[in-house]
Amino acid sequence: MIRRVILWPPYIWLLILFLLPFALVFKIALSDYAIAIPPYTPTFDWADPSSWGATLGALDFENFQWLLDDPLYYTAYLSSLRIALVATVLALLIGYPMAYAMARAPAHWRPLLMMLVILPFWSSFLIRIYAWIGILSNEGFLNMVLGWVGIPPLSIINTNTAVYIGLVYAYLPFMILPIFASLDRIDPSLLEAAEDLGCSRTEAFWRITVPLSKAGIFAGCFLVFIPVVGEYIVPSLLGGSNTLMIGKVLVEEFFNNRDWTVASAVAVVLLFVLVIPIVLFQRSAERRDAT
Amino acid sequence: MKMSRFNVVSLTLGFAFLYLPILILITYSFNESRLVTVWGGFSTKWYGVLFQDERFLGAAWVTFYVAFISASIATVLGTMAAYVLVRGAKFRGRTLFSGMIYAPLVMPEVITGLSLLLLFISIGLDRGGFTIILAHATFSMCYVSVVVSSRLVSFDRSLEEAALDLGATGWQAFRLVTLPIIAPAVAAGWLLGFTLSLDDLVIASFVSGPGATTLPMRIFSEVRLGVSPKINALSAILIGMVALGVIVASLTTKRAAQRP
Repeated sequence: MIRRVILWPPYIWLLILFLLPFALVFKIALSDYAIAIPPYTPTFDWADPSSWGATLGALDFENFQWLLDDPLYYTAYLSSLRIALVATVLALLIGYPMAYAMARAPAHWRPLLMMLVILPFWSSFLIRIYAWIGILSNEGFLNMVLGWVGIPPLSIINTNTAVYIGLVYAYLPFMILPIFASLDRIDPSLLEAAEDLGCSRTEAFWRITVPLSKAGIFAGCFLVFIPVVGEYIVPSLLGGSNTLMIGKVLVEEFFNNRDWTVASAVAVVLLFVLVIPIVLFQRSAERRDAT
Repeated sequence: MKMSRFNVVSLTLGFAFLYLPILILITYSFNESRLVTVWGGFSTKWYGVLFQDERFLGAAWVTFYVAFISASIATVLGTMAAYVLVRGAKFRGRTLFSGMIYAPLVMPEVITGLSLLLLFISIGLDRGGFTIILAHATFSMCYVSVVVSSRLVSFDRSLEEAALDLGATGWQAFRLVTLPIIAPAVAAGWLLGFTLSLDDLVIASFVSGPGATTLPMRIFSEVRLGVSPKINALSAILIGMVALGVIVASLTTKRAAQRP
């Protein structure tokens, strides 16, 4: 049967390179730290099914306890969520008017405008963040321009402000595209009808355009929020020592402290933190596909 | 339709925000001086410095072959996955399968990188270009399958059925009818996989070994110390290549769309 032949290669590939690695992260998160190579002793051994029953009772949540006890971790989670939330709101405030203007632009311009939004997405993320180092640093482009007009220099680099600028810049296309797609689908006669019935333009915007673009707004917000929570590049290049984001904590825990068990526990908790927005996003995507 | 002033202003400001940093970056790649605040005159010397740096050339080669091979694997597997998901009958484990296709799209890179590294260590695989290829092929195939399935969903299934009625085998119907129709999506999927692989820093840093440094890894370790005109030159080259690629691709798809 041809379908079987087509099914198995991707299925087995994903089982081995996606699902199995996750099981490993869980296993190591429940293991004990040890000064050894690799630096942990497993709490249980799944190659030996007879031991499963015995170890189930002795599961070890020590690493998760550790995450609760040390304020570094939960402040990092909270701070990641807060930074992601603020960045999402800022991206929405900048992205919505742009998407709206694109949808209102003459039809023959729209493909070009779309391409201009997509183009940065194809060029390297790292390079686009790097571009801001040259602009925001103390001896950078922005302070040079401010110097010309006589404004004292600002120190933005290595602060949360720089992180917000970098995040909004990098993730803005993800906000604009779904909103534009939903605005583009709105039937203009609805707005004309509203105006004929005595609705002012502002009122028509809030009562017709915004509700009809809700799906795009949700999609855009999730597409920005979810990856930003685990973001590593932006806080490590533009942020300072007081920029606390969980992706950076995880990398430092693993590479600098060589503590695999805590790094895995951090990953497991991050996954649980993200499960709610991810499930909400998948639901709304499925609903969109269904219509 | 005339645009209101507000719309013109928001588009202008928005695109200035998106493109000014890139323009500034490219401009400074031609700066004779090492400092951002000093314009030392037009010069291409940093391009020369870049091309003499063997570490960069080595990293560029690793990045290219990793991207090429991983995108090719991802395209084959992703197209298969899309075909099964869209055309396949119900099978056991279908929910798990579609979950595994969608989950990597929203997974934080740090988790994907960590989990794959733990896997490679536990099975004793030597880390290097090969493990980066495995990692990149895994997340790229999910993107390919999303792109290809959207094309599979939208095309007229009766074409396939007609081929089958006229005596084609399942494989012939796929090769002679389905594949030519979904070919643009398959090509787009390959390009997407290639770009994602070129771009990836976090996952590659986790799963790579001492022998294999990719371009993003090289750039990252360099720019942590601050601005370097050499990196500006490299960025300008990469951005130029991407812009050229996107323009060529959009022109060819436009021509293909105009063909009757």
